[in-house]
Amino acid sequence: MIHKYKLFDMNIVLDIYSGAVHVVDDCMYDMLDYLLEPFTAERECPSFIVDEMSKKYSVDDIKESYNEICELVKNGQLFTDDCYEEFAKNWNKKSVVKALCLHIAHDCNLRCKYCFAGTGEYHGKRGMMSAETGKQAIDFVIANSGNRKNIEIDFFGGEPLMNFDVVKEITKYAEEQGEKHGKVFRFTITTNGILLDEDKKKFINEHMSNIVLSLDGRKEVNDFMRPKVNGSGTYDDILPKFLDIAESRNQTNYYVRGTFTAYNKDFANDVLHFADLGFKQTSVEPVVAPETEDYALTADDIPEVFEQYEKLAEEYIKRWKSGNWFNFFHFMIDLDQGPCAIKRLSGCGAGHEYLAVAANGDLYPCHQFVGNKDFLMGSVKDGNFDKKISKYFEDSNIYTKDKCRNCFAKFYCSGGCSANAYNFNGDINKPYELACEFEKKRVECAIAIEAAKKLG
Amino acid sequence: MKHVKTLNKANLKESAVMGGCGECQTSCQSACKTSCTVANQKCENAHE
Repeated sequence: MIHKYKLFDMNIVLDIYSGAVHVVDDCMYDMLDYLLEPFTAERECPSFIVDEMSKKYSVDDIKESYNEICELVKNGQLFTDDCYEEFAKNWNKKSVVKALCLHIAHDCNLRCKYCFAGTGEYHGKRGMMSAETGKQAIDFVIANSGNRKNIEIDFFGGEPLMNFDVVKEITKYAEEQGEKHGKVFRFTITTNGILLDEDKKKFINEHMSNIVLSLDGRKEVNDFMRPKVNGSGTYDDILPKFLDIAESRNQTNYYVRGTFTAYNKDFANDVLHFADLGFKQTSVEPVVAPETEDYALTADDIPEVFEQYEKLAEEYIKRWKSGNWFNFFHFMIDLDQGPCAIKRLSGCGAGHEYLAVAANGDLYPCHQFVGNKDFLMGSVKDGNFDKKISKYFEDSNIYTKDKCRNCFAKFYCSGGCSANAYNFNGDINKPYELACEFEKKRVECAIAIEAAKKLG
Repeated sequence: MKHVKTLNKANLKESAVMGGCGECQTSCQSACKTSCTVANQKCENAHE
């Protein structure tokens, strides 16, 4: 299976099952339209191809292109077979739990209009996680992580800084227990910054490998969607703190992360606003919301969103070339040393490798399922969790999703977000189409950026 | 080759044989939380 597209004056060809990325000239690009899979190399270019293409290209170029295509096929770089499907069918993953998202606070000091957690309470009662529950979560992950060494803990909310003493206690407990049990804990915290101060910054910088700073971009964009409880804006309060903590972490191991909605479809300007402010690690993602919401993105928005990704990618390349680099999460791609095929088959790990712990200790497949009783898996308090739900998620991979079968992006997105699939289509194996469209465009842009960098 | 520049090692199949150690980061922990973005994760063993 191949995918070819043109972007930024390059003809890009992806060989899906080998992961090869090629930039080809016009002659080879056009020739690929005549070649069907499974491809069988002939001694020389078939005459009907020569006849057709010689209207536009020289016969020498046509024959050379054909020979080079045959060479790529021989080297396993083009029209490669799918060798993963059989493997996926008989896959006994034996997953272990390696990451927890701890809902430190089911409460928030902002009233963001698009929050999937309601306004922090996850459609249940407001409440804080106790240190005891947090420690039980640490015991739970140690007990269920098998031989896995690296364990990730994300302090999430609501707003985790509203319950920071507990964050500190859990962190210290995890570090102590990690040493005893041969585990390395890596901590992330996601915050809106309102309560960020010097003490918290110091603790976060000493203990956390990543911090996600929630901000949507330009002041008017941010303040419209992310007001305080009293309705006032947050940008002016938060920005200096975020700039400060980003600098204090040497502009690495953090993301300033926003959401774009129907109210800022020109989101490339928000990403560039971050970059202009001096942030080097950025992420701005499409809102996920039912079409009934006024801020939701819909299929009608696809052309504009695509245009924005291209605009952003073009500027991204320009800034990289001029030495004024910044990183955009969704354009990060490593063509040589990205994740292995096994990881790409199986996706994010929600429900079996990655679980969310609600403030009261209840376990769910991921943060987006918290509060949905159909997906309540158990509790860290007794340490048991529902293996049937876990298996349902474990068995899901790109080969259990029909929509992924002929999609070129399947090894880049791994079949998409299970929660989005469930929320829109009622089945974790039926991906949410709008997210698929955006993802495909991002993958195309990300690869084109790498191509532009490599080709100078 | 004259008509094509190949930009990478095309090692996905090889990674299937060698891979699956499971030590890599859970993708949702880095920044996304609302989208599955796997290809931008690093392999923990990439530089060993």
